[in-house]
Amino acid sequence: MANVPLRRYWIALAASLLCLCLLAPAVHSQTDEERMVTDSVPGRPGGRLVLALKSEPKTLNPVLAQDAPSRDVIRCLTADLIHINRASQKTEPAIAKSWTVSRDGLQYTLHLRHGLHFSDGQPVDADDVVFSFHVYLDEKIDSPQRDLLVVGGKPITVQKVDSYTVRFEMAQPYAAAERLFDGIAILPRHLLEGAYRSGGFSAAWNLSTPPSQFAGLGPFRLKEYVPGQHIVLERNPYYWKQDRSGNRLPYLNEIVFLFVSSEDAQVIRFQAGDADILSRFGAEDYQVLEKQETAKHYHLDDLGAGLEYNFLFFNLNDLAAKNLPEVARKQAWFEDVGFRQAVSEAIDRDSIVRLVYDGRATPLWTQVTPGNRLWIDPNIPHAPRSLSHSRELLKSVGFSWKSDGSLVDARGSAVEFSILSSSSNAQRMKIATLIQDDLTQLGMNVHVVSLDFHSMVDRLLTTYDYEAAVMGLVSGDADPTSEMNVWMSNGDTHLWHPNQSKPATPWEAEMDRLMQQQLVTLDYAKRKKLYDRVQEIVVQELPVICLVSPNILVGASDRVGNFQPAILDPYTLWNIDELYIR
Amino acid sequence: MTKRRKYRGVLILLAAFHCLILFAGFFAPYDFATQNRDVPFAPPTGLHFVDAQGNFHARPFIYGLKSNPGHPMTLVAEQGEKYPLRFFVQGSRYKLAGLFNVNLHFFGVEGPAPVFLMGSDGYGRDQFSRFLYGGQISLLAGLLAAFLSVSLGIVLGAVSGFYGGWIDAALMRGGELFLALPWLYLLFAVRASMPLHIAAGQVFLLLIAVIGLIGWARPARLIRGVVLSAKERNFVLAAKGFGASDGYVLCRHVMPQTYGVALTQMTLLIPQYVLAEVTLSFLGVGVGEPMPSWGTLLAALQQYYVLSSYWWMFLPALILVPLFLAYYAVADAFQERLKPATL
Repeated sequence: MANVPLRRYWIALAASLLCLCLLAPAVHSQTDEERMVTDSVPGRPGGRLVLALKSEPKTLNPVLAQDAPSRDVIRCLTADLIHINRASQKTEPAIAKSWTVSRDGLQYTLHLRHGLHFSDGQPVDADDVVFSFHVYLDEKIDSPQRDLLVVGGKPITVQKVDSYTVRFEMAQPYAAAERLFDGIAILPRHLLEGAYRSGGFSAAWNLSTPPSQFAGLGPFRLKEYVPGQHIVLERNPYYWKQDRSGNRLPYLNEIVFLFVSSEDAQVIRFQAGDADILSRFGAEDYQVLEKQETAKHYHLDDLGAGLEYNFLFFNLNDLAAKNLPEVARKQAWFEDVGFRQAVSEAIDRDSIVRLVYDGRATPLWTQVTPGNRLWIDPNIPHAPRSLSHSRELLKSVGFSWKSDGSLVDARGSAVEFSILSSSSNAQRMKIATLIQDDLTQLGMNVHVVSLDFHSMVDRLLTTYDYEAAVMGLVSGDADPTSEMNVWMSNGDTHLWHPNQSKPATPWEAEMDRLMQQQLVTLDYAKRKKLYDRVQEIVVQELPVICLVSPNILVGASDRVGNFQPAILDPYTLWNIDELYIR
Repeated sequence: MTKRRKYRGVLILLAAFHCLILFAGFFAPYDFATQNRDVPFAPPTGLHFVDAQGNFHARPFIYGLKSNPGHPMTLVAEQGEKYPLRFFVQGSRYKLAGLFNVNLHFFGVEGPAPVFLMGSDGYGRDQFSRFLYGGQISLLAGLLAAFLSVSLGIVLGAVSGFYGGWIDAALMRGGELFLALPWLYLLFAVRASMPLHIAAGQVFLLLIAVIGLIGWARPARLIRGVVLSAKERNFVLAAKGFGASDGYVLCRHVMPQTYGVALTQMTLLIPQYVLAEVTLSFLGVGVGEPMPSWGTLLAALQQYYVLSSYWWMFLPALILVPLFLAYYAVADAFQERLKPATL
């Protein structure tokens, strides 16, 4: 029930914000517009910010966007009902100024801010909200976010109560329900309903749509798109936030997104002063950029561990139906938890941190990184690195060594396997090479194989023709519900043995139970206990051998004010409405 | 005469270089896979004769490494303890020229300070040792692949030129097909469909096979041209008139005229194929870690931070330039010497 005080806190906060709005003299002129007041330092209006995108956005339709560049742009153009504050990792009111939850946790009633307008000046009401959720939930539209809105196997239902109240109902209690609303953009019914009714929604709001056809609730609106060059956004004069001195946000007049294809090129453009912000770059580049920090008037931030975790895992799939005798033979080793423990204890995680990430990373033993402040369990014990203990472990489960030092199993065949890694990720290739050397010291003959990302994923998730692999996952959110797919035995990304019809091992069955339970438990402390146990199982059974979590590294020109990067995506642009040019 | 002397110098240089590569284990102070995880990206070790006090030492010595104050991730020489360079020292075991198990190395340093003549890579592995061992893969791949494609070129080119007609048409159109093949993508596809646990040796053979088999068309066209003109010459026609068999005419009279072209082609192709191997390894389809090849050594340069911070990672590329020039000089010499003799 820890969620109740949290909710009360938000209601109290929203109420106090409301009072502030009513009291502040600057707002009196705006009569019935219920704006949100931010508590950041007031900035200077005007100016343009230049940013680099990895590629051109594929679409500007928030319902259909999948790729990161599209989402980065769309985030500036739209707003959601309840938002996850990237700095606190908690939810906060956005278009909905407050909400109440029914006693059984199945019904959410959201109260919208009064008097808001889309960026084209048209008013916003509950019909826009209902329309937006209908579109997101429409199976024919097939939005990538639709899965999030299906709780307990049934899509949530949306109902208009009055012009400023909307009620959501779900089939079962859902712990992270408030977090569902983050990233679900409220769409202008007056612009999109025609396209939706006529079945042309999939083509709506693409890159050739003229800017006048767009409208959103985000801090900016589309001004210009030049294919192959840039996208320019301009300030939304109807935005619904203001700073504490009563100035309407955002401060910036314009944002320019340049298309810069590679990470190296982005680093170079930032170094040259062509881009004002560098969002998330590799640790190796930190020292390159660091040298010119003062000369070129920018600063770098190391935010510590993010939510990405890199790990090694073995192929534990049921290969009875596949014709892979060689892999199946080696599975006798992989399935032995003693073998996996020996491997885990032989890996020098500190070397990985030092050599791959220049020290800008944290060694890991579970999937929860130190960056995830709400869910980390610092008390989970883990075995320290010890080659001698590794050897004992291997000996205890029937392995032995030949005179030349090579490891053989109980039947006398040499332990030899390959580790797969994506050739496009230099850091993971380096991790695999270090592990190879570590395991050579145990007498294992390990090959590192690099494949392009798609061939690799094909082997991991379709053909199962691999032995071991180094991978990384980034949780979209700090909450464990975003990890359901990974830890549930029937999940698509339950990498070591995906899509099981029923759990193959007792510990996977327990993990399923725990993950299901935490999903419907509303009390944070109880949920935490359940998820702590999941982490414990990961450390004991080692289905994935967690290795390292890289730090989130960002940079910004000294001209940018209110720069407050966070470890959640979008690392630097989450408070773009508050950024200003000094 | 002076030209001859110049070519002789180039030949001696090439021979010495190949010796260095052939006996890589002996000349390399370390094994190619040995990681010194405390000294990643160490700059080339300076060999000193004069110490900080100004005293001269006949035996060169080196200094140890320490992390650069202010830049924790870079290393500099520590002007303190001196470690003399020793010759003919015992070290890691290796196979001399792939045959004998020995542990004698040409040079090395006793004590904790590593000697990295060409610096170290991101894992603290000696770049010099890796360059020598990498040469074994890259040069051998170049030599074998060149031999393979020139041999194929000779056989197919000679048959095609000598018999003409539909055989000629079929072979030459086939050759054009090979020339037009987007072989890089073909190789990517082949690699993706192969079993994962193929050993480095098999990858190597595959590389040679692919590079060599695809390259036969160009030498075959040249050889065909030579054969076409050779078979019309009077002494060949005379031999035919005396009733010599096709095989006899081909071997005794026609083929000897193609050897000059073949040899020149071969010397031209070797550096080209070494580069092909470098390209493939650079793109990640070559031999796997920890085996070095010249391509994998250069692959590190794909990253901006290596490119901008560690200049010694360029050294392998710089050494390849004079090597390839030497090959081209030899090709020139062959052309000059063999052309007037045969035609």
